[in-house]
Amino acid sequence: MNRVLGKHGWTLGLLALLVLLFGITRIIQPNFGASGLDSLSRAALPFAFATAAMVIVVIAGGIDLSVASMMAVAGVTAAVLMEGAGTGGTLFAVAVVLVAGLAMGALNGALIVVTRVPDIVVTLAMLFVWEGVALLILKAPGGTATPWLREMIVGPLVFAWLPKSLVFLAVCLAAVWVPLKRSKLGLSIYAIGSDELAAYRSGVSVGRTRIAAYALCGLLSAIGGLTLTMSTGNGEPIPGPYLLASVAAAVLGGAVLGGGRGALLGPVIAVFVLRLVRMDLTLASVDPNVTTIVEGTIMVAVVMLGGVLAMRRRRA
Amino acid sequence: MTQAESTALARDPALKRIARFLGDNPMIPLIVLLLLLVGVLEFMRPGIVNERWIANTVKFAIPLAMLAACQTMTMLTGGIDLSAAVAATITGFVMATQVPIVGVPWAIVIGLIPAILIGLVNGFGVAFCRVHPLIMTLGTGLIGTGCLQVYQRFVLSTGSVVPDSLAWLGTGRTWGWPNSLLLFVPFAALLIWGQKRTGFGRLLYALGSNETASRISGVRAWQVYLALYALSGLVAGITGLLYVGLIRAPSLSLVNPLMLPSVAAAVIGGTSIFGGRGGYSGTILGALILTVLGTLLTLLQMPEGARRILFGAIILVVTTIYVRLTDQR
Repeated sequence: MNRVLGKHGWTLGLLALLVLLFGITRIIQPNFGASGLDSLSRAALPFAFATAAMVIVVIAGGIDLSVASMMAVAGVTAAVLMEGAGTGGTLFAVAVVLVAGLAMGALNGALIVVTRVPDIVVTLAMLFVWEGVALLILKAPGGTATPWLREMIVGPLVFAWLPKSLVFLAVCLAAVWVPLKRSKLGLSIYAIGSDELAAYRSGVSVGRTRIAAYALCGLLSAIGGLTLTMSTGNGEPIPGPYLLASVAAAVLGGAVLGGGRGALLGPVIAVFVLRLVRMDLTLASVDPNVTTIVEGTIMVAVVMLGGVLAMRRRRA
Repeated sequence: MTQAESTALARDPALKRIARFLGDNPMIPLIVLLLLLVGVLEFMRPGIVNERWIANTVKFAIPLAMLAACQTMTMLTGGIDLSAAVAATITGFVMATQVPIVGVPWAIVIGLIPAILIGLVNGFGVAFCRVHPLIMTLGTGLIGTGCLQVYQRFVLSTGSVVPDSLAWLGTGRTWGWPNSLLLFVPFAALLIWGQKRTGFGRLLYALGSNETASRISGVRAWQVYLALYALSGLVAGITGLLYVGLIRAPSLSLVNPLMLPSVAAAVIGGTSIFGGRGGYSGTILGALILTVLGTLLTLLQMPEGARRILFGAIILVVTTIYVRLTDQR
């Protein structure tokens, strides 16, 4: 029991915070119920995928600033391909988006490995590049999402309290994370994150592992972009505020900037905490712009706290 | 540098000498590139390059070069200031909306305050919490934009006025030369003098080359970071004042289009994004090159998306070349 607590203390604390926030939500809005949970889970979906994408590269000791732009590319690609498409066409569009995500991420990783320019600079440049690609695909918001695909994340599944979008999130993340965590690749990702040189000397192919980590990041970003198109019903070429949100959620969820530590569950709970704070502010009828300021301040504070903690750890 | 390349360089002293020469004089290839671009432009549209065109190019390059000063200064320490465009926009917008209420001089002061505040918060996060400047400035930029939107609600009724003096400075011309040079020439001279000749300027290089070494030699890094980012905010604010005089229509996204090019201008100008290398004179050339390139891309009717791809590619290619030439990470 103690061991479990020690290992997952941070995540359990976040979970308690989440429950507390749900309690506050019930106080602000007494009739908050299944539909509220459904809309919360749907709103959190793109954020959760962006965060999962960020977490994988952060564990590998890197950072990917182009997450939001890759999501935009995936979103507009899906929206354009699904325009007037049938079932076959939709499946084709989803496949294209997933492959494109893998390819974009792999390109980011390959550029970092080949040019040997630091990841933060390469992905900053690629942020601009993917933003441009999204704008070339679609100049203004447009395209459509196939109705049955949109239905996949609307409403409850079996029980009134279980949103379909939450199941969708769990299934997608588990499909990527569980095999990864159990494979050699997953171990290598943790290894290069905690000590690149030691990993190299233990026979880990550092370059290949890094490219794979970025490719997975691209894949998850692409799914995030897809869910964005699924929930809004069209493609938006201008990237949303997912970059800062994903870094903040990753840090709040216990992933250490610098690498080697962290898991997926904590950051995903952190996403729900951050979304719920926003929802509570909206329910308390706070001006949406003020909500943006509060949210931004919370995220900056979290990142600052993460910086202080990382510094402490380095000293210790 | 890979093994093969470094041996190739060792075997070929001429190549090595050229690499070192270019490394020591980064201005020469930049000037050649600028002239080349102007040549291409003249070739595509014969007669386009005249006195009026040059004055216009300089006029539009100046705000870009000033905003790129924020990037240059912060990059010298290995940082970056992604909130600069937001700070500039806030100053421009707040100043223009305050003019009808408090008059021009006070409006300028009130406008500059939030820009400096943003800089101080950036400096605090970088100095004390050791947050990467990129993430820190991205965050403050986001908060700043939110604050500006809330502020806009309160001034909807007052309207906005761009003072004649700023419009004169931003758009006017005297004897064929843009008036903004009156602001820019002393500004650039001060910066170029300051970066190499003052203690503060040298500290920026020192912190960028090796922060640990500077700390051990007694540099109080937090003071430098705090002053640096506050200064960067102030410069961004002044850019906002000049830019609102040039555009003469304050809006909530006034200076934002200059964000990307300002980073690119500093990188093209030879300032290393890893710190410790570069300077402002290169950045000025970088801003001119980007402005001419912008005219060229407009003539080619290049869509906005392709422009962004190009800017990203420029940043990546130039940094890669610098990494290869100097073999630093």
